[in-house]
Amino acid sequence: MRKSYLIPEFRVEIDHTRCRRCKRCIMNCSYEALSFSDRVVADHFKCVACHRCIVFCPENVITVRKNPVDFKESFNWTNRHRLDIWKQAETGGIPLTGMGNDLPYQIIWDHLVLDACQVTNPSIDPLREPMELRTYLGKKPDSLQFEETADGKIKLKEKPPKNIKLEMPVVFSPMSYGSISLNAHKAMAMTAKEMGIVMHTGEGGLHKDLYDYSDYMIVQCASGRFGVHAEYLKRGIAVDIKIGQGAKPGIGGHLPGEKVGLDISKTRMIPIGTDALSPAPHHDIYSIEDLRQLIYAIKEATNYKPVSVKIATVHNVAAIVSGIVRAGADIVYLDGFRGGTGASPKIVRDHVGIPLELALAAVDDRLREEGIRNQASIIAAGSIRSSADAIKAIALGADAVAIGTAALVAIGCRVCQTCHMGKCAWGIATQRPELARRLDPEIAAERLINMLKAWKFEIKEVLGSLGLNAIESLRGSRERLRGIGLDAQTLDILGVKPAGK
Amino acid sequence: MNHNYQKDISGCGLSGLISRSKKRIPGEVIIKSICPMKDRGNGLGAGFAAYGIYPDYSDYYAFHIMYDHGTAKDIAESFIEANYEIAKQERIPHKKTENIVYHPMLYRYFVKPKDKRPDSQFAELEGDDFVVRTVMNINSSIEGAYVFSSGKNMGAFKGVGFPSEIAEFYMLEDYAGYIWTAHNRFPTNTPGWWGGAHPFTLLDWSIVHNGEISSYGINKRYLEMFGYSCTLLTDTEVVAYLFDLMVRKHGISFNIACKALAAPFWKDIDALPEEEREAYTWLRMVYGSALLNGPFAILFGHSNGLIGLNDRIKLRPLVCAENGDMVYMASEESAIREICPKPERVWYPRAGEPVIVNLNSDEKN
Repeated sequence: MRKSYLIPEFRVEIDHTRCRRCKRCIMNCSYEALSFSDRVVADHFKCVACHRCIVFCPENVITVRKNPVDFKESFNWTNRHRLDIWKQAETGGIPLTGMGNDLPYQIIWDHLVLDACQVTNPSIDPLREPMELRTYLGKKPDSLQFEETADGKIKLKEKPPKNIKLEMPVVFSPMSYGSISLNAHKAMAMTAKEMGIVMHTGEGGLHKDLYDYSDYMIVQCASGRFGVHAEYLKRGIAVDIKIGQGAKPGIGGHLPGEKVGLDISKTRMIPIGTDALSPAPHHDIYSIEDLRQLIYAIKEATNYKPVSVKIATVHNVAAIVSGIVRAGADIVYLDGFRGGTGASPKIVRDHVGIPLELALAAVDDRLREEGIRNQASIIAAGSIRSSADAIKAIALGADAVAIGTAALVAIGCRVCQTCHMGKCAWGIATQRPELARRLDPEIAAERLINMLKAWKFEIKEVLGSLGLNAIESLRGSRERLRGIGLDAQTLDILGVKPAGK
Repeated sequence: MNHNYQKDISGCGLSGLISRSKKRIPGEVIIKSICPMKDRGNGLGAGFAAYGIYPDYSDYYAFHIMYDHGTAKDIAESFIEANYEIAKQERIPHKKTENIVYHPMLYRYFVKPKDKRPDSQFAELEGDDFVVRTVMNINSSIEGAYVFSSGKNMGAFKGVGFPSEIAEFYMLEDYAGYIWTAHNRFPTNTPGWWGGAHPFTLLDWSIVHNGEISSYGINKRYLEMFGYSCTLLTDTEVVAYLFDLMVRKHGISFNIACKALAAPFWKDIDALPEEEREAYTWLRMVYGSALLNGPFAILFGHSNGLIGLNDRIKLRPLVCAENGDMVYMASEESAIREICPKPERVWYPRAGEPVIVNLNSDEKN
């Protein structure tokens, strides 16, 4: 075998003087970086810094460090470029990766700050005063007609369209059964029910074990149509048509055959062991008219439940969304270019698409200019890392945010970016039964619920500091944001004033 | 002084009164009521709105316009002359007072839109809509001109000064109306300017406000979707436009409009019977961007009545009283007792519960 020119990215260091040789680390290392030969030894090449060994070492004797090997310095020829070239020179293939874009593009969220009350508009203490985060996703009419009785009671004259009720403006991003384990799905489903929010099934269909949670599910119709049948569509409270994904705009999906076991085969309705390829285009959608037909076909099939359309954020996103809304979508799901993924060509993940912040601002502006903002809700997604990102997204114009990676991090993910290998040591991005069972859905749900409760408290605190007691007063209220270190054109697109003004 | 300031944030005192039988009350009554609340202002703004003051021109829109300079006046007048029949135009009567030395040029015009109008953009609009567009157009495009009143048989009078000074300046004791509102302003972060004083008006709607609309940003963006331009950059402006949108354009009642502006909490909505729950849920869903968040007490005058409304956690004071035909609303009870020492009933409206008083009717909450 030819010698690889690559060098290990990490070094696993074990304090053998304190190691009791219990081999728990070896059992936990799904990447087979650790083995035993008189003592625990590491194959540094295989370590992905998933930290599983560190967390489960009873003696705390394991350290994983970035390999401190120096390269000849170059601002232009970064280590990243050199390593990628060596990989390509050795394989002739496209380097794949998991999770989101990690290049140092400016993260606009981190250059936005929020307002706060001082004297004239008192801040509100959310521990003592009501603080409302309830949000409804879906089409709203521009106005309403009421009937009023003599004793002051009111009722609607017409039945409005169906909407999705959320007790906080957060949903789980579409992550398919296949890309992540059933236990991860179960944890999200339990959390969604407990927190009064919803999860997306992603394109992998809905496992029968989760049918009890279908009131909290948005089901997805992606190009591969995996698991899409009448029962599935009817079970969801809404249907999402996936056009694009932030991590890989214009790229389809691929679940390797080795991940397609019996359960996934049944759920996706494909033979065991076959590759599940979902192409970039839907082969019945080549125009906005085609999309409109599919939207209305799904509405007919589901008794007019809300239909969402998910797209990746790209340069012309505002015009595209205008078309999508006019085609009848009730929800538009914007997935920014930092969004996560199970597997993506690195070149696409890192260089295609635009930041969510700019896309969101442009879309909200465009829909308002056209007077159709009420006709669809906007879900902002693509690396919402904290409640602060969520709050800023809502102030820019989102109705709600979707979280994928953040949810996975809550249940153990270390963002090691190797989801595509299917060896996730935490039992999240894997279908290997011995790994998937590491994730206890109830414990994972508890962690997710805790994280969302914490976000809920944080959002309420910030709303209170802004003197607001309802989330709808922040939605699109860019007046409450200021930019720091953003250029004038970026500020202009965001519709945000610079700090100090 | 122009409108290119940041929005202002106000403290403020309010007073309002209405004679349900349309008995015309002299201006000195409202002046007597608002002046004792001097500490609620700082001399940087005061104003009055009065209904029933132009009975001879009750079919005409009464435009009150401030001009910073003659050029603005020329441009605005040429637009008005081209698009409106003018029954009368004159300087708004006023006099020099000790403290009000500098002020804009103040004119009023009693007008009706012409049947055939050259305004190419909005020529097809009906009367009220055309007037709204005229107000937006003058306020946003003619530098140095501000329409500060545009209703029928009503008018706003406002400026920089304490209420007593503004009343003296406009000689309000010479007017009589069946609804009056008054405002004493305490701006804290911008200089007071004539256009920024209350009331804010559009058509017959007039608003005086104590507080700050913390949701101003989204209220403004919401209104812009329906063609309203918030040119005065003062948070109160949005309240007048929101009423115009909901009541005049969308045809919902004052009561329901108030329930959108100061919406009931979800926990209270959830406890309602199904039909009502659905109605209030949708009211919040559709008009969420119109919700007025932050502290406020407002008096909302219109050609058929007067409405008092507090924010939904009552962060600003509002007291009401009733005596026979008259209903009074003010920031402080003393302001009412000054002009009605022994009212039959005094009450403090609950948070978010509108007090709606209509002319020629006993209907009220």
